[in-house]
Amino acid sequence: MQERIKQIDFLGLILWVFRTAIIVAMLWGTIATVMDNPYSAKAWTDTIVAGIAQGSLYALIAIGYTLVYGVLFMINFAHGEFFMSGIMTATIFIAQPMSASGYLDRHPIIGLLIIAVVTMLVSIGIAILTERVAYRPLRGAPRLVPLITAIGASFFWQYFFQGLYGSEVKPFPQTDILTGKINIGGVEILKTQVIVIIVTVLMLIGLYFFVVKTKTGKSIRAAAENKDVARLMGIDVDRAITLTFTMGAAMAGIAGVLYALVFRQIHFFMGFFPGIKAFTAAVLGGIGSIPGAALGGLFLGIFESVGPGLFLEGLGVPSPHQLKDVIAFTMLVLVLIFRPQGILGEALAEEKA
Amino acid sequence: MAMLEVNDIHTYYGNIHALKGISLTVEEGEIVTLIGANGAGKTTTLRTISGLLTPREGSISYLGKDIVGTPAHKLVYEKMAMVPEGRGVFAKLSVMENLEMGSYSRDDKDGIARDLERVFALFPRLKEREKQVAGTLSGGEQQMLATGRAMMASPRLLMLDEPSMGLAPVLVDAVFDAIVEINKEGTTILLVEQNALMALSIANRGYVLQTGQIVLHDDAAELKNNEMVQKAYLGMD
Repeated sequence: MQERIKQIDFLGLILWVFRTAIIVAMLWGTIATVMDNPYSAKAWTDTIVAGIAQGSLYALIAIGYTLVYGVLFMINFAHGEFFMSGIMTATIFIAQPMSASGYLDRHPIIGLLIIAVVTMLVSIGIAILTERVAYRPLRGAPRLVPLITAIGASFFWQYFFQGLYGSEVKPFPQTDILTGKINIGGVEILKTQVIVIIVTVLMLIGLYFFVVKTKTGKSIRAAAENKDVARLMGIDVDRAITLTFTMGAAMAGIAGVLYALVFRQIHFFMGFFPGIKAFTAAVLGGIGSIPGAALGGLFLGIFESVGPGLFLEGLGVPSPHQLKDVIAFTMLVLVLIFRPQGILGEALAEEKA
Repeated sequence: MAMLEVNDIHTYYGNIHALKGISLTVEEGEIVTLIGANGAGKTTTLRTISGLLTPREGSISYLGKDIVGTPAHKLVYEKMAMVPEGRGVFAKLSVMENLEMGSYSRDDKDGIARDLERVFALFPRLKEREKQVAGTLSGGEQQMLATGRAMMASPRLLMLDEPSMGLAPVLVDAVFDAIVEINKEGTTILLVEQNALMALSIANRGYVLQTGQIVLHDDAAELKNNEMVQKAYLGMD
């Protein structure tokens, strides 16, 4: 008995030391950076805006993780591939030919809309196919089984699209209307970043409205909570699950288009890191919660962007911006130590699966 | 022809033989009760009829149609509703949203509005708590909500699984009064209960289940006077 108390104290002590060390390091770094003042105000604004744009992308992708987890209690590790498959296909079959024929320059808005629609359709198609073939037969299996299957599906789609489209990096065509900066309230912002933020906000509002207000959205929430009772209401649970994957993939598809506008480089491996980061964002925000995914994405994007300059520069870390992933995952560890259920998540005591 | 005819059904959970040939009938307008101890197969029987489980053998006919193999979500469209064991309210949805889910299978706006009035008339408490999240309701209120939600499907056959479970006696009375009221308005009731005395006092007929089989079947009044039932389920000596 006495030994047990000692052990708990020891563990608690380590956690406490760890938390304190990180917080002290962050504060120290911040103070040192501010004293040193290596960047101009404009540089900070740019970093923050870039962080918000990056965070918007994470948020859109994170929605897919959180929706699927909410209904199936499964981490769909193939979600990054839904993101990749749509924009990759649309780049090769729509965007590049459109650009070559000059159509994209003549009708940039219609052209981009067509690209967006095709991207979403392909992403949705891949998602529905994956759910149908790889996940549905395993429903009711122990939770580790679909998880491993999802990792397998992720590799499958990566190499499938590598084989289909080749492994070289493909350029996404530039459009004149989205080149350059725009002045908003005295701050110069890249037009692509503005588009990313606006589209993300619209998509999130649309999703929120759909899930909260419509009968179909409510039926998805009902199915997420109790599948058998949902069936007794007349809800086709398989359809609700397909719909969940569809919504997540549509969001991922849009994120793919926005990613292409910002980075203009498409390749078969592009889904991996955004996928992992978005998953991190979903956990940060509290997996299963839609506002949590949005908030987690934004939070992660801003931290990743601002963190290296703010915390690490002052500590004298060389080339801090290469360590943005370290910052991102340290954030994850920190949040999980202080709040295991994520920022907006519910207590884990609740019965799951 | 009976509204519901269950004929010699055998249901399994994996290798466990849970129902060993259950047969029962429910006539239109009746209240029929299934009583029995824990684990006798009462809930399994209801889940099999409602389509959540599929029997390995036997037939079930509802309104003249064979419904074995019809998934649960389609049977709701045939006007069969069930209040599951443990109430099963959607805890994160509001009371109103729960009731809306009850009418998920319907498109007739006028009829839905009428039934909503009916539910609120029967359970005024639900009207007061319309916007509240269902998880914050008390056990009795959740039972009212689960019952009201099933009524929103405007069922011809309503099955209730242990509506008295975990409720204070005064609430049990209220819930049973509501069941009688629903029946008077024309809904046929199939009621599963451990509270045999309560169930038999409102039912027309009753079946006694024991380890997956029906051991007794009679008019409710007769069952109440049956020596074996009195000993085993009514706690009389």
